[in-house]
Amino acid sequence: MNNRPRVIVITGSRKGIGRFLTEHYLESGDIVVGCSRSKTDLEHDKYTHFILDVSDEIAVKRMVSSVRKLFSTIDILINNAGMASMNHFLLTPKATVEKLFSTNFTGTFLFSREVAKLMSKKKKGKIVNFSTVAVPLNLEGEAVYAASKSAVVSLTKILAKEVGEMGITVNAVGPTPVYTDLIKTVPKNKIGELLNQQAIKRLGTFEDVLNVIEFFINPKSEFITGQVVYLGGVS
Amino acid sequence: MSRGANKLVMQVLGDFLNEENIVFDGKLTEETRLFGGDGMLTSIQLVMFITSLEEEIEDEWDVMLTLADEKAMSRRVSPFSSIKYLADYIEEKINEYE
Ligand SMILES: NC(=O)c1ccc[n+]([C@@H]2O[C@H](COP(=O)([O-])OP(=O)(O)OC[C@H]3O[C@@H](n4cnc5c(N)ncnc54)[C@H](OP(=O)(O)O)[C@@H]3O)[C@@H](O)[C@H]2O)c1
Repeated sequence: MNNRPRVIVITGSRKGIGRFLTEHYLESGDIVVGCSRSKTDLEHDKYTHFILDVSDEIAVKRMVSSVRKLFSTIDILINNAGMASMNHFLLTPKATVEKLFSTNFTGTFLFSREVAKLMSKKKKGKIVNFSTVAVPLNLEGEAVYAASKSAVVSLTKILAKEVGEMGITVNAVGPTPVYTDLIKTVPKNKIGELLNQQAIKRLGTFEDVLNVIEFFINPKSEFITGQVVYLGGVS
Repeated sequence: MSRGANKLVMQVLGDFLNEENIVFDGKLTEETRLFGGDGMLTSIQLVMFITSLEEEIEDEWDVMLTLADEKAMSRRVSPFSSIKYLADYIEEKINEYE
Protein backbone atom coordinates (compact mmCIF):
# COMPACT_ATOMS: atom_id res chain seq x y z
CA MET A 1 0.00 0.00 0.00
CA ASN A 2 2.47 2.62 1.09
CA ASN A 3 6.06 2.33 2.14
CA ARG A 4 6.31 4.97 4.79
CA PRO A 5 7.84 3.68 8.01
CA ARG A 6 5.42 2.92 10.81
CA VAL A 7 5.34 5.32 13.76
CA ILE A 8 5.41 3.35 17.01
CA VAL A 9 5.08 4.84 20.50
CA ILE A 10 6.55 2.68 23.27
CA THR A 11 6.27 3.78 26.87
CA GLY A 12 8.93 2.76 29.38
CA SER A 13 11.49 2.35 26.59
CA ARG A 14 14.63 3.04 28.64
CA LYS A 15 15.22 -0.52 29.82
CA GLY A 16 13.78 -4.01 30.13
CA ILE A 17 11.11 -5.23 27.73
CA GLY A 18 10.40 -1.72 26.42
CA ARG A 19 14.04 -1.23 25.50
CA PHE A 20 14.14 -4.57 23.71
CA LEU A 21 11.00 -3.72 21.73
CA THR A 22 12.36 -0.27 20.88
CA GLU A 23 15.61 -1.68 19.51
CA HIS A 24 13.74 -4.39 17.65
CA TYR A 25 11.47 -1.94 15.84
CA LEU A 26 14.29 0.48 15.09
CA GLU A 27 16.16 -2.40 13.47
CA SER A 28 13.04 -3.16 11.45
CA GLY A 29 13.12 0.38 10.05
CA ASP A 30 10.23 1.81 12.05
CA ILE A 31 10.18 5.23 13.67
CA VAL A 32 10.03 4.83 17.44
CA VAL A 33 9.08 7.45 20.00
CA GLY A 34 9.71 6.38 23.57
CA CYS A 35 9.53 7.76 27.06
CA SER A 36 10.57 7.10 30.63
CA ARG A 37 11.17 9.11 33.79
CA SER A 38 14.92 9.19 33.27
CA LYS A 39 17.31 9.83 30.41
CA THR A 40 18.11 7.09 27.97
CA ASP A 41 21.47 6.13 26.52
CA LEU A 42 19.82 4.94 23.33
CA GLU A 43 20.79 6.96 20.29
CA HIS A 44 19.36 6.32 16.87
CA ASP A 45 18.33 8.67 14.10
CA LYS A 46 14.82 7.21 14.06
CA TYR A 47 14.39 7.38 17.82
CA THR A 48 13.04 10.24 19.91
CA HIS A 49 12.95 10.07 23.69
CA PHE A 50 10.69 12.03 26.01
CA ILE A 51 11.42 12.27 29.70
CA LEU A 52 8.12 12.09 31.55
CA ASP A 53 6.05 10.22 34.05
CA VAL A 54 3.27 8.36 32.21
CA SER A 55 0.78 9.50 34.83
CA ASP A 56 1.44 13.20 34.16
CA GLU A 57 -1.52 14.22 32.02
CA ILE A 58 -0.06 17.46 30.68
CA ALA A 59 3.27 15.83 29.83
CA VAL A 60 1.52 12.98 28.02
CA LYS A 61 -0.64 15.43 26.06
CA ARG A 62 2.43 17.43 25.09
CA MET A 63 4.32 14.36 23.98
CA VAL A 64 1.50 13.06 21.82
CA SER A 65 0.95 16.52 20.40
CA SER A 66 4.65 16.74 19.48
CA VAL A 67 4.50 13.35 17.80
CA ARG A 68 1.46 14.50 15.85
CA LYS A 69 3.29 17.60 14.68
CA LEU A 70 6.43 15.65 13.80
CA PHE A 71 4.93 12.60 12.10
CA SER A 72 1.22 13.46 11.77
CA THR A 73 0.26 9.93 12.74
CA ILE A 74 0.79 7.10 15.21
CA ASP A 75 0.31 3.57 13.91
CA ILE A 76 1.02 1.57 17.04
CA LEU A 77 1.01 2.30 20.76
CA ILE A 78 2.69 -0.11 23.16
CA ASN A 79 1.78 0.73 26.77
CA ASN A 80 4.73 -1.06 28.32
CA ALA A 81 5.72 1.26 31.18
CA GLY A 82 4.98 -0.50 34.42
CA MET A 83 5.96 -0.94 38.00
CA ALA A 84 5.67 -3.89 40.36
CA SER A 85 5.80 -4.37 44.08
CA MET A 86 5.70 -7.47 46.17
CA ASN A 87 4.54 -7.24 49.74
CA HIS A 88 1.95 -8.66 52.07
CA PHE A 89 -1.02 -6.35 51.77
CA LEU A 90 -1.05 -5.78 55.55
CA LEU A 91 2.35 -4.18 55.16
CA THR A 92 1.72 -2.22 51.97
CA PRO A 93 1.84 1.58 52.27
CA LYS A 94 -0.81 3.66 50.55
CA ALA A 95 1.95 5.43 48.63
CA THR A 96 2.79 2.13 46.91
CA VAL A 97 -0.83 1.67 45.90
CA GLU A 98 -0.94 5.14 44.41
CA LYS A 99 2.36 4.76 42.57
CA LEU A 100 1.43 1.42 41.06
CA PHE A 101 -2.03 2.50 39.99
CA SER A 102 -0.83 5.76 38.55
CA THR A 103 1.91 4.15 36.48
CA ASN A 104 0.19 0.94 35.46
CA PHE A 105 -3.38 2.10 35.08
CA THR A 106 -3.47 5.89 34.75
CA GLY A 107 -0.44 5.88 32.45
CA THR A 108 -2.04 3.31 30.17
CA PHE A 109 -5.30 5.24 30.24
CA LEU A 110 -3.74 8.60 29.37
CA PHE A 111 -1.58 7.32 26.55
CA SER A 112 -4.44 5.29 25.10
CA ARG A 113 -6.74 8.30 25.22
CA GLU A 114 -4.38 10.78 23.63
CA VAL A 115 -3.06 8.39 20.99
CA ALA A 116 -6.50 7.01 20.12
CA LYS A 117 -7.66 10.56 19.35
CA LEU A 118 -5.01 10.74 16.68
CA MET A 119 -5.61 7.20 15.44
CA SER A 120 -9.34 7.81 15.18
CA LYS A 121 -8.70 10.47 12.53
CA LYS A 122 -6.96 7.92 10.33
CA LYS A 123 -9.53 5.27 11.24
CA LYS A 124 -6.65 2.95 11.94
CA GLY A 125 -4.41 2.00 14.82
CA LYS A 126 -3.24 -0.71 17.18
CA ILE A 127 -2.89 -0.40 20.93
CA VAL A 128 -1.15 -3.06 22.98
CA ASN A 129 -1.33 -2.98 26.78
CA PHE A 130 0.54 -4.96 29.41
CA SER A 131 -1.11 -7.26 31.92
CA THR A 132 0.67 -10.06 33.80
CA VAL A 133 0.07 -13.68 34.75
CA ALA A 134 -0.24 -12.38 38.32
CA VAL A 135 -3.83 -11.43 37.35
CA PRO A 136 -5.26 -14.87 36.47
CA LEU A 137 -3.02 -16.63 39.02
CA ASN A 138 -4.09 -14.29 41.85
CA LEU A 139 -0.59 -14.38 43.27
CA GLU A 140 -0.17 -13.81 46.97
CA GLY A 141 1.98 -10.80 47.73
CA GLU A 142 0.98 -9.14 44.50
CA ALA A 143 -2.48 -7.86 45.45
CA VAL A 144 -1.80 -4.27 44.46
CA TYR A 145 0.24 -5.02 41.35
CA ALA A 146 -2.29 -7.59 40.11
CA ALA A 147 -5.22 -5.26 40.90
CA SER A 148 -3.63 -2.45 38.91
CA LYS A 149 -3.09 -4.82 35.99
CA SER A 150 -6.66 -6.17 36.32
CA ALA A 151 -7.71 -2.58 35.84
CA VAL A 152 -5.63 -2.55 32.66
CA VAL A 153 -7.43 -5.70 31.50
CA SER A 154 -10.86 -4.10 32.02
CA LEU A 155 -9.67 -0.97 30.28
CA THR A 156 -8.42 -3.03 27.34
CA LYS A 157 -11.71 -4.85 26.88
CA ILE A 158 -13.89 -1.76 27.18
CA LEU A 159 -11.70 0.49 25.04
CA ALA A 160 -11.79 -2.20 22.39
CA LYS A 161 -15.55 -1.69 22.23
CA GLU A 162 -15.44 2.09 22.38
CA VAL A 163 -12.91 2.48 19.57
CA GLY A 164 -13.78 -0.57 17.49
CA GLU A 165 -15.80 1.50 15.04
CA MET A 166 -12.85 3.86 14.68
CA GLY A 167 -10.64 1.15 13.20
CA ILE A 168 -8.55 0.82 16.34
CA THR A 169 -7.81 -2.48 18.05
CA VAL A 170 -6.87 -2.74 21.74
CA ASN A 171 -5.33 -5.91 23.13
CA ALA A 172 -3.08 -6.93 25.99
CA VAL A 173 -0.20 -9.29 26.52
CA GLY A 174 0.25 -10.94 29.91
CA PRO A 175 3.85 -12.02 30.39
CA THR A 176 5.08 -14.65 32.83
CA PRO A 177 8.18 -13.58 34.75
CA VAL A 178 10.80 -12.32 32.31
CA TYR A 179 14.20 -11.57 33.73
CA THR A 180 14.39 -7.76 34.04
CA ASP A 181 14.97 -5.27 36.87
CA LEU A 182 11.24 -5.52 37.58
CA ILE A 183 11.61 -8.93 39.19
CA LYS A 184 15.24 -8.96 40.23
CA THR A 185 14.40 -8.48 43.89
CA VAL A 186 11.82 -11.28 43.95
CA PRO A 187 13.33 -14.28 45.81
CA LYS A 188 14.29 -17.26 43.60
CA ASN A 189 11.98 -19.67 45.42
CA LYS A 190 9.04 -17.32 44.83
CA ILE A 191 9.76 -17.25 41.09
CA GLY A 192 10.11 -21.04 41.18
CA GLU A 193 6.68 -21.41 42.82
CA LEU A 194 5.18 -19.12 40.24
CA LEU A 195 6.71 -20.98 37.29
CA ASN A 196 5.25 -24.19 38.71
CA GLN A 197 1.76 -22.81 38.19
CA GLN A 198 2.37 -22.33 34.47
CA ALA A 199 1.60 -25.01 31.88
CA ILE A 200 5.11 -24.50 30.52
CA LYS A 201 7.43 -24.03 33.46
CA ARG A 202 10.13 -21.61 32.40
CA LEU A 203 10.84 -17.90 32.46
CA GLY A 204 9.51 -15.90 29.55
CA THR A 205 11.84 -14.23 27.10
CA PHE A 206 11.70 -10.88 25.36
CA GLU A 207 10.98 -12.79 22.15
CA ASP A 208 7.96 -14.49 23.74
CA VAL A 209 6.49 -11.06 24.49
CA LEU A 210 7.42 -9.71 21.07
CA ASN A 211 5.71 -12.66 19.39
CA VAL A 212 2.34 -11.83 20.94
CA ILE A 213 2.72 -8.14 20.11
CA GLU A 214 3.59 -9.02 16.51
CA PHE A 215 0.36 -10.98 16.27
CA PHE A 216 -1.70 -8.09 17.65
CA ILE A 217 -0.17 -5.47 15.37
CA ASN A 218 -0.17 -7.57 12.23
CA PRO A 219 -2.45 -5.87 9.68
CA LYS A 220 -4.21 -9.23 9.26
CA SER A 221 -5.25 -9.05 12.93
CA GLU A 222 -7.81 -6.33 12.27
CA PHE A 223 -10.54 -8.63 13.62
CA ILE A 224 -8.62 -9.33 16.86
CA THR A 225 -9.50 -6.91 19.65
CA GLY A 226 -10.28 -6.85 23.38
CA GLN A 227 -8.12 -9.93 23.87
CA VAL A 228 -5.61 -10.75 26.57
CA VAL A 229 -3.00 -13.37 25.72
CA TYR A 230 -1.12 -14.81 28.67
CA LEU A 231 2.20 -16.52 28.12
CA GLY A 232 3.28 -19.91 29.46
CA GLY A 233 -0.12 -21.52 29.22
CA VAL A 234 -1.64 -19.48 32.03
CA SER A 235 -5.29 -18.67 31.58
CA MET B 1 -12.50 39.17 24.91
CA SER B 2 -13.83 37.00 22.12
CA ARG B 3 -11.33 35.04 20.08
CA GLY B 4 -13.82 33.90 17.52
CA ALA B 5 -14.58 30.48 18.93
CA ASN B 6 -17.82 30.65 16.98
CA LYS B 7 -15.99 30.73 13.71
CA LEU B 8 -13.66 27.96 14.74
CA VAL B 9 -16.49 25.68 15.85
CA MET B 10 -18.33 26.25 12.56
CA GLN B 11 -15.21 25.61 10.52
CA VAL B 12 -14.22 22.41 12.36
CA LEU B 13 -17.82 21.19 12.24
CA GLY B 14 -18.05 21.89 8.51
CA ASP B 15 -14.85 19.94 7.86
CA PHE B 16 -15.96 17.17 10.15
CA LEU B 17 -19.34 16.76 8.40
CA ASN B 18 -17.54 16.62 5.07
CA GLU B 19 -14.96 14.10 6.16
CA GLU B 20 -17.53 11.85 7.78
CA ASN B 21 -20.01 12.23 4.93
CA ILE B 22 -22.70 13.44 7.29
CA VAL B 23 -25.51 15.10 5.40
CA PHE B 24 -26.94 18.19 7.04
CA ASP B 25 -29.80 19.93 5.25
CA GLY B 26 -29.65 23.62 5.85
CA LYS B 27 -27.14 26.19 6.85
CA LEU B 28 -24.95 26.00 9.95
CA THR B 29 -25.86 28.85 12.26
CA GLU B 30 -25.19 29.64 15.89
CA GLU B 31 -28.48 28.07 16.79
CA THR B 32 -27.79 24.81 15.00
CA ARG B 33 -28.43 21.93 17.37
CA LEU B 34 -25.46 19.64 17.77
CA PHE B 35 -26.37 16.92 20.19
CA GLY B 36 -29.37 15.75 22.17
CA GLY B 37 -32.98 16.12 21.08
CA ASP B 38 -32.94 16.93 17.39
CA GLY B 39 -29.16 17.40 17.33
CA MET B 40 -27.35 16.42 14.16
CA LEU B 41 -24.64 14.26 15.76
CA THR B 42 -24.79 10.79 17.24
CA SER B 43 -22.87 10.30 20.47
CA ILE B 44 -19.90 8.74 18.74
CA GLN B 45 -19.86 11.52 16.17
CA LEU B 46 -19.91 14.06 18.99
CA VAL B 47 -16.87 12.36 20.56
CA MET B 48 -14.98 12.51 17.26
CA PHE B 49 -16.01 16.11 16.63
CA ILE B 50 -14.92 17.27 20.11
CA THR B 51 -11.59 15.51 19.56
CA SER B 52 -11.07 17.41 16.30
CA LEU B 53 -12.09 20.63 17.96
CA GLU B 54 -9.61 20.18 20.83
CA GLU B 55 -6.87 19.57 18.30
CA GLU B 56 -7.76 22.66 16.29
CA ILE B 57 -7.90 24.81 19.45
CA GLU B 58 -4.41 23.63 20.29
CA ASP B 59 -3.09 24.33 16.80
CA GLU B 60 -4.78 27.74 16.50
CA TRP B 61 -4.33 29.14 19.98
CA ASP B 62 -1.74 26.87 21.57
CA VAL B 63 -4.11 25.95 24.38
CA MET B 64 -4.70 22.38 25.50
CA LEU B 65 -8.30 22.03 26.62
CA THR B 66 -10.31 19.08 27.80
CA LEU B 67 -13.77 20.15 26.78
CA ALA B 68 -15.81 17.28 28.16
CA ASP B 69 -14.88 17.89 31.79
CA GLU B 70 -17.07 17.45 34.84
CA LYS B 71 -18.14 21.05 34.70
CA ALA B 72 -19.44 20.62 31.18
CA MET B 73 -21.24 17.44 32.10
CA SER B 74 -22.99 18.94 35.11
CA ARG B 75 -24.37 22.04 33.40
CA ARG B 76 -28.10 22.36 33.24
CA VAL B 77 -27.79 23.28 29.56
CA SER B 78 -25.14 21.12 27.96
CA PRO B 79 -22.37 23.06 26.19
CA PHE B 80 -22.64 20.44 23.47
CA SER B 81 -26.24 21.16 22.65
CA SER B 82 -25.67 23.93 20.13
CA ILE B 83 -22.91 25.73 18.28
CA LYS B 84 -23.45 28.89 20.32
CA TYR B 85 -23.30 27.15 23.69
CA LEU B 86 -20.19 25.28 22.65
CA ALA B 87 -18.42 28.40 21.39
CA ASP B 88 -19.30 30.27 24.60
CA TYR B 89 -18.01 27.37 26.64
CA ILE B 90 -14.72 27.34 24.74
CA GLU B 91 -14.24 31.08 25.29
CA GLU B 92 -14.92 30.56 28.98
CA LYS B 93 -12.42 27.68 29.24
CA ILE B 94 -9.73 29.63 27.42
CA ASN B 95 -10.18 32.61 29.71
CA GLU B 96 -9.83 30.28 32.70
CA TYR B 97 -6.76 28.67 31.16
CA GLU B 98 -5.10 32.02 30.83
N1 LIG C 1 9.49 -8.58 33.74
C1 LIG C 1 8.47 -9.33 34.10
O1 LIG C 1 8.65 -10.38 34.72
C2 LIG C 1 7.05 -8.92 33.76
C3 LIG C 1 6.02 -9.86 33.95
C4 LIG C 1 4.72 -9.50 33.64
C5 LIG C 1 4.45 -8.23 33.15
N2 LIG C 1 5.47 -7.35 33.00
C6 LIG C 1 5.13 -6.02 32.51
O2 LIG C 1 5.98 -5.68 31.42
C7 LIG C 1 6.17 -4.26 31.38
C8 LIG C 1 7.66 -3.96 31.28
O3 LIG C 1 8.32 -4.46 32.42
P1 LIG C 1 9.90 -4.65 32.54
O4 LIG C 1 10.12 -5.97 33.15
O5 LIG C 1 10.55 -4.33 31.26
O6 LIG C 1 10.20 -3.54 33.67
P2 LIG C 1 11.53 -2.69 33.93
O7 LIG C 1 12.74 -3.43 33.45
O8 LIG C 1 11.46 -2.30 35.36
O9 LIG C 1 11.33 -1.41 33.01
C9 LIG C 1 10.26 -0.52 33.22
C10 LIG C 1 10.35 0.63 32.21
O10 LIG C 1 9.27 1.52 32.43
C11 LIG C 1 9.77 2.84 32.75
N3 LIG C 1 8.87 3.40 33.76
C12 LIG C 1 8.53 2.91 34.97
N4 LIG C 1 7.66 3.71 35.58
C13 LIG C 1 7.42 4.75 34.76
C14 LIG C 1 6.63 5.93 34.83
N5 LIG C 1 5.86 6.20 35.91
N6 LIG C 1 6.64 6.79 33.80
C15 LIG C 1 7.41 6.55 32.71
N7 LIG C 1 8.17 5.45 32.56
C16 LIG C 1 8.19 4.56 33.59
C17 LIG C 1 11.20 2.60 33.24
O11 LIG C 1 12.06 3.70 32.99
P3 LIG C 1 12.34 4.85 34.10
O12 LIG C 1 12.77 4.14 35.33
O13 LIG C 1 13.40 5.70 33.49
O14 LIG C 1 11.06 5.59 34.27
C18 LIG C 1 11.63 1.42 32.36
O15 LIG C 1 12.05 1.88 31.10
C19 LIG C 1 5.50 -3.73 32.64
O16 LIG C 1 4.23 -3.21 32.32
C20 LIG C 1 5.38 -4.93 33.53
O17 LIG C 1 4.33 -4.81 34.46
C21 LIG C 1 6.77 -7.67 33.27
